[in-house]
Amino acid sequence: MTTHALEHREVGGPLMTPAYRWLLLVVLLGALTLAWRFVNGIGSVAALNNGYPWGVWIAIDVVVGTALGCGGYAVALLVYILNKGRYHPLVRPAILTSMLGYGLAVIAVACDLGRFWDLWKVPIFFWRWSHSPQLEVAICVMLYNFVLVAELAPAFLEKWAKSSNSGLASFSQRTLKVLESGAVWILALGMLLPTMHQSSLGTMMLLPGPRMHPLWFTPWLPFLFLVNCLMLGYAIVVIESVFSARAFRVHHDDDMVAAIGRVAMGVSLFWVAFRIGDAAIAGKLPLAFSGRGWFFVAEIVVQLAGALMLATDAMRRSPMWQVRSALLLIAGGALFRVNTYLIAFQPGAQWSYFPAIPELLITFGIIALEVALYIAAVKRFPILSGVTETSSRSHA
Amino acid sequence: MKVSRRSVLKVLAAAAVSTAASAVPAIARERKVAPAKAIGMLYDSTRCIGCKACVAACSEANHLEPDRSGIAGGLHLAPVDLNGRTKNIIKFCQDGEQQSFVKSQCMHCIDPGCASACMLHSLHKNERTGVVEYDPQWCVGCRYCQMACPFNVPKFEFDKALPKIVKCELCRHRVQDAAVAGADGFTRYPRGQGPACCEVCPRSAVIYGSREELLAEAHRRIAESPNKYYQGRVYGEKELGGTQVLYLSHMPFAKLGLPEFGDKPSPDVAYTVQEGIYRGFIAPLALYGALAAMVMKNKKSAESGDGAKGGRS
Repeated sequence: MTTHALEHREVGGPLMTPAYRWLLLVVLLGALTLAWRFVNGIGSVAALNNGYPWGVWIAIDVVVGTALGCGGYAVALLVYILNKGRYHPLVRPAILTSMLGYGLAVIAVACDLGRFWDLWKVPIFFWRWSHSPQLEVAICVMLYNFVLVAELAPAFLEKWAKSSNSGLASFSQRTLKVLESGAVWILALGMLLPTMHQSSLGTMMLLPGPRMHPLWFTPWLPFLFLVNCLMLGYAIVVIESVFSARAFRVHHDDDMVAAIGRVAMGVSLFWVAFRIGDAAIAGKLPLAFSGRGWFFVAEIVVQLAGALMLATDAMRRSPMWQVRSALLLIAGGALFRVNTYLIAFQPGAQWSYFPAIPELLITFGIIALEVALYIAAVKRFPILSGVTETSSRSHA
Repeated sequence: MKVSRRSVLKVLAAAAVSTAASAVPAIARERKVAPAKAIGMLYDSTRCIGCKACVAACSEANHLEPDRSGIAGGLHLAPVDLNGRTKNIIKFCQDGEQQSFVKSQCMHCIDPGCASACMLHSLHKNERTGVVEYDPQWCVGCRYCQMACPFNVPKFEFDKALPKIVKCELCRHRVQDAAVAGADGFTRYPRGQGPACCEVCPRSAVIYGSREELLAEAHRRIAESPNKYYQGRVYGEKELGGTQVLYLSHMPFAKLGLPEFGDKPSPDVAYTVQEGIYRGFIAPLALYGALAAMVMKNKKSAESGDGAKGGRS
């Protein structure tokens, strides 16, 4: 099988399967809860309180969500910076998941911001900008969403360029040309912005310093966040490749997924070594074996387990082990982020937080929306590569 | 497959370069000082009788909805902590035989974590009075200020569809005239224009004035009764780079909810890292240039699927 000959193609098949309807039901539940939140305030749906002002919407939807959206960034680094052309077929689906991951974050932010109607002022009134690391994250993420749209647009424009509507076709062709001529700068921006805001997501949690558990309060937090988002990016690409191959019966390149898995394993092992080394040098390791320190142990053990599942070449080539390992890497990597934003933050013994059910319904709704959009996009637009002809390709 | 290992190392090296600045402690942040006319408060736990007149006065002066949730029946103004309806509170603390009341409200830090967190300076220090002020016009309700405040002071109206941040602003809305020397020797606003809690306190357990005057007064009291006060120390003189609200206590400060934070301002580490990376925006621009150059070099071979070392098929 030569990868050269592979083309981006739409998967096709019926969209409204029973499973898809269930997915849309979860989206609907989330949307209704969201409407309730906008009418009655955050306290009416969330367990957030004046001790724990940030909960799952920030820690999971935004902080983990954007990291899971780093597949596009991580693969682009391989392809365009390290010149590994063989991974190029992974770029487009990875960019799509990135867009959805960041889209999830944007919806979650709109839901979480108490005074969301003032958000437009943040990018406009630049003379009021502070040096807050969060401002850096906000501006970067806003910009990055545009970059992702520009990076993914060809998938849609290529289809529309062949449209029978001559206006749409010529607009698409012209836009494709413009995007092609600016591609270098767009691609570079698509790597610069995540480098900036993913590290700043770490810097952000240095500000609550005095109230942070020492194991998560290290000046290397931005670096740990950056390496962590790359690892999560590679792991999500592995999952996506294997699942797409199963769900849509597209060609599955075992070699390539094995190689990406190996990269994820390497980044993860480096991260674990750095994390332990940093804590050891700062003399904080003894804290790991009591109280919340166990969460530090957990984020390391889960990642190590995931990395070791890819220890042999045979395991790296088995889709089963690829998925198991990637899921553990994602769990361990996500745990580090949730730990930093929720577990390590200690406002005092009188405060407690556990997400409320409506709060979770919004989170589930956003995730379901993301999955639904992914399925719709790959079925209708040329995103995945190497589609094999199957009986299900008859268009509904 | 040596290629992969090398590529991992290269990715990591690129990542390291872009954040290496975070490891440079040399870019020390400038230590902030209080404005010359900084207004503050001095609370003395040995004088407080826990009458909570200041709690009621604060609620009234700030037009806050009374918080009746503390005691069943709703007949009492009895908040249990600072919250969206409470900017000032008196708590009771016990440590073995020792007992004390303690007042909490915004400390008006000289280098406030909340203002450092705030994206559009909605929370900011008044340049003249040093009061940490809130301007809702620039607030998006992100609540990062709540995360960043070491004293857990800014509160958010979780029960409202159009919420705001609520915290003590030293009754700045009452001030109409300039502060002048008062009859008691402290810098004073005309009656009715100063902090309501201080004006109403029957025991002068909490007084206001310029930070300098209050600091001098606190040290005078310590000198007058050498064994009366915990460690002969004024909390807020140096803590976290200094606060404009100062405390004297007969009990350990930590037992009053005033943790021993040390002298370093709470935003120091975050700002040293953040400004280390972004100073002059040089590092991001250089990185952008480098990335673009590499993309330009690699794009063609990468997209044809036979990158220099990557083609295995």
